[in-house]
Amino acid sequence: MSARKPGRARSREELMVPDAEFQSYYGRPVLKPPVWEWKVPAYLFTGGLAAGTSLLAAGADLTGRPRLRRVGRTGSMAALLASVYLLVADLGRPERFHHMLRVAKPTSPMSVGTWILTAFGPGMGIAAAAEVLPAGLRRRWPGKLLGAVARPAGLASALVAPAVASYTAVLLSQTAVPAWHEAHPQLPFVFTGSAAASSGGFAMVLVPVEEAGPARALAAMGAVAELVSSKVLEQRLGLTAEAYTTGKAHRLRKWSERLTAAGLLGALAGHRSRALSVAAGAALFAGSALQRFGVFEAGVASTKDPKYVVVPQRQRADAAEG
Amino acid sequence: MSIEDRLSGPLPDVAGEAGHAGHPPRVGFFTDTSVCIGCKACEVACKEWNAVPEDGLDLLGMSFDNTGALGANTWRHVAFVEQPHPPSGPSTAPPPATAEDLGMPSFDLPGAKTGADGRTDFRWLMASDVCKHCTHAGCLDVCPTGALFRTEFGSVVVQQDICNGCGYCVSGCPYGVIDRRPDDGRAQKCTLCYDRLHDGLEPACAKACPTDSIQFGELDELRERAAHRVEQLHERGVTEARLYGHDPTDGVGGTGAFFLLLDEPEVYGLPPDPVVPTRELPAMWKYAGVAASALLAAAVAAFGGRRR
Repeated sequence: MSARKPGRARSREELMVPDAEFQSYYGRPVLKPPVWEWKVPAYLFTGGLAAGTSLLAAGADLTGRPRLRRVGRTGSMAALLASVYLLVADLGRPERFHHMLRVAKPTSPMSVGTWILTAFGPGMGIAAAAEVLPAGLRRRWPGKLLGAVARPAGLASALVAPAVASYTAVLLSQTAVPAWHEAHPQLPFVFTGSAAASSGGFAMVLVPVEEAGPARALAAMGAVAELVSSKVLEQRLGLTAEAYTTGKAHRLRKWSERLTAAGLLGALAGHRSRALSVAAGAALFAGSALQRFGVFEAGVASTKDPKYVVVPQRQRADAAEG
Repeated sequence: MSIEDRLSGPLPDVAGEAGHAGHPPRVGFFTDTSVCIGCKACEVACKEWNAVPEDGLDLLGMSFDNTGALGANTWRHVAFVEQPHPPSGPSTAPPPATAEDLGMPSFDLPGAKTGADGRTDFRWLMASDVCKHCTHAGCLDVCPTGALFRTEFGSVVVQQDICNGCGYCVSGCPYGVIDRRPDDGRAQKCTLCYDRLHDGLEPACAKACPTDSIQFGELDELRERAAHRVEQLHERGVTEARLYGHDPTDGVGGTGAFFLLLDEPEVYGLPPDPVVPTRELPAMWKYAGVAASALLAAAVAAFGGRRR
C-alpha cells in the first residue's frame, strides 16, 4: 500500500496511470452516453431501499418487533412505488411500459429485473396493506384474511429481496460503458452494501432505539461492505478508475464515503440515544443515495472521453497480436 | 454449442440460431474506405429512403464532417480524417523531406501521381460508417421488450411499434451506434434497408455509392472479396490497409458490416477491440449471486443474536 494519506484523491491519481497518448476521431466519443437521467440512479437507490427494508420487516415479523415490522413493510412499499414510477417515467415511451412483460429474456438484465420486481411487488403490497388497514376493517373477514396472509407474503418477498438489490449491478455492468462494465466484480457488493446501509439507516430514523437493534446491525454491516467494496473498485480498475476518482462522480462518492463512515460510527454507538440514532440513520441514507449517483456519473463520464474506450482496447489488441 | 459460443463466440448460422428456418443467406456490407471519395451520397440516400429526419445544420468546426457520428438521425456517417502525419502501423514511407508539406494545392493535378511516390505526408481518409449488424449484438441482447430482433437475413432491426424507449440498447452497443431519438422516444438505427431486402433490392446507401466503396451482398462472398482486395493493396505498397470486423473470432463474433481501413480503427472513431458486453454475463450473475447471498446472510445475522 502507498504511504500517502488514503483520503487524498489527487495523490492516488498520480500513482495510478500516466497520461495516456492515444488516437481518436477529433477527440469525439466512441460510445453514446447513456440516455438515462437522474431517474435511473434514483431508482437504483429506491430499489435497494425497498429490498433492504423488506428484509428488516421479515426479520421483525419473525422475532416479534411490531414497530420495526411496520416501518419495514410500509417503507419497502413506498420505495417500491417510487421505483416503479421512476422506471416508467424514464422510458422514451412511458405509455408502452407494459411491453417489458412481453418477453422473458435471460440475456437482458432489465427483463430479468422486471420479472424479479414482479415476483417481489405483490407480496410486499399485501404485507404493507395489512399494516395500514384501518382497525375497523381488520375485524371483518377480508381484514382477517389479509392479516393471515401478510406474513407468508412478506416472507416470500423478502426471499426475492436480495435479487432486487443486486440485479441492478448486473443491469449497469452488462453495457459497453467502461466504468460500469469493468466494475462488474465489485458493483454487486457496492450495491447490496448500499442497500443494507440505506434501509438500516431508514429504520434507525423511524424506529425507537430499543427495537432498532437489527436495523443498526444491518446498517453497520452494509456500510462496511459498501466502504470496502467501493475502495476495492477504485484499486482494481486501472485507467477506468479515473472515471470514479475525478470530476462529479468523485465529489458524489467522496461525500457518500464521509456520510457512510459517519453513519457507521453512529450506528455502532447509537444504541441508547435516539437523537444520535436518527442522525446516523439519515447519514447512512444520504450516503447510500450519493453512492448510486456517483457510480452512475462515473459511467456517464467514461463514455464521454474516448480514452476510456480506446486505451484499454488498444492495449488488449496489441497484446493479442503479440 | 456451448453457452460461451451462444453469448460471444463464432456463430456460423446466426439467423438459424434466432429461429428462422429455411432462411436466405446472411447478407451485409463491405465498406472499402480506400475508394471512398466522401461524397455523402450514402448519408443522403439513407435519409431519403428511410425518411430519417435532418440532424440540424451544425458546423462542427473540425473537418468537412459536419454530421459527427452515427446516431438516431444518422444511420450512415461519412468520417473525414485530415492526417498531417504518416500513417501508423507498418509503412515503407520514405523519410520526411526537408520542407514541411502543408497539404496545400500544387501545380500538379490532384491524383495525377499514383503509387507510392505520389503519396505525401498529408492525406485524407474518408470512411462511411454504419451499424455493424454484429453476430453477437449488444443492443439485441439487452433489449427487454423484444423490440430488437434478428431478421432472416442475419441483420438486427428495431421494431418501432414495440420499442418503449428504455434506452438499454444505447448503452449496450460497444460501437456507439444506436441512439434514442429525443422527440420520438424510441431507439433508431440502420435496418440494412430491411424493406428493400424483401423485394430483392440492395440497401439505399450501397445503391447510391458512386465508387462501390459500399458493397452489399452475401457475407461469405464479401469476406472473400475483401481478403482479395487487401492482398491487392498490399501488393501495390499500401501496407497500412487492413480489415476491421471481418473476423468471426473477434469480440462480437464478427460483424455483418465490416470495413477496409487505411489506419487504426480508433483514427476513424471506431473502437479498436470491441467486445459484446454479454460475454461476461455468467460471471456477472455469479458475482451478483454472491452479493445477494451475503445480503441475506447479513439480514439473518442482524436478527440472529437478538432473538427474544
